[in-house]
Amino acid sequence: MPGQQLTAMPERFSHKFRATELAVRGGIVAVMTRLRDLQLPEFIAGDVELALAEAVNNVTEHAYRGRTDGMITVSCRLEDERLIVNISDHGDPMPEGELPEAVEHDLETARHELPEGGFGWGIIYALASAVRYDRRAQRNTLSIIFDLPAPGEETAMESPAS
Amino acid sequence: MFLTSTQRGDARIVTVNAERIDAAVAIQFKEDMRDQTADGPNRIILDLSGVKFIDSSGLGAIVAAMKQLDEGRRLELAGLSPMVDKVFRLTRMDTVFTLFPSLDDAMAGLEG
Repeated sequence: MPGQQLTAMPERFSHKFRATELAVRGGIVAVMTRLRDLQLPEFIAGDVELALAEAVNNVTEHAYRGRTDGMITVSCRLEDERLIVNISDHGDPMPEGELPEAVEHDLETARHELPEGGFGWGIIYALASAVRYDRRAQRNTLSIIFDLPAPGEETAMESPAS
Repeated sequence: MFLTSTQRGDARIVTVNAERIDAAVAIQFKEDMRDQTADGPNRIILDLSGVKFIDSSGLGAIVAAMKQLDEGRRLELAGLSPMVDKVFRLTRMDTVFTLFPSLDDAMAGLEG
């Protein structure tokens, strides 16, 4: 329970769910509930949820394109100074077998030409401390790493109240 | 209803009655926005104060909702929570939309 746990780090857990839009939402919410139970600081939790959502949406839309039988496994490892989120699937590999670059959008354009997608990787790279991709035995694993503040540094890292 | 709308002054206020605008509801959001903005004033304010989470699919749906408006009509956004605001800033979409901290600020014309 929050405030009552003096658990030995690291904590780890994994959660598996189907790669459909609705199941993905449930999976994200379940993973975030676990992380918050493990005392992940709230101001980082928002970033983790957003990056995780972008990553699993990519798996559903691209790696498992045209399929509804795909499964996604999210494994988290919470250490003293960092959180590692591994997202695994058995879908198609990344294009070129490596991490895509963030898309540079031209927003100084006519309204009807504004982009409606292609934001995911830019968001993930902006929020994560590091991102890695591994393809092995027909399995994709994306690792998103978040550095955590040392105890007492939370207030310094918190964005100013708006 | 996922979206509800009211008239206030010279503006149509469209309220999102959901905590998440994500990939699971992006298409529904875009279609419901088309219904809610089919007619009415040129100024449309999307009240996001009840929304706690948005991903890039939801952001894309809001962009699409603006693009499907007739020329001369505009979509403004109000009541962005810190995480929703962050998605707009990370994608620089805060430079495309007029953002207001709250609906009252939007009605008073006070940009945030």
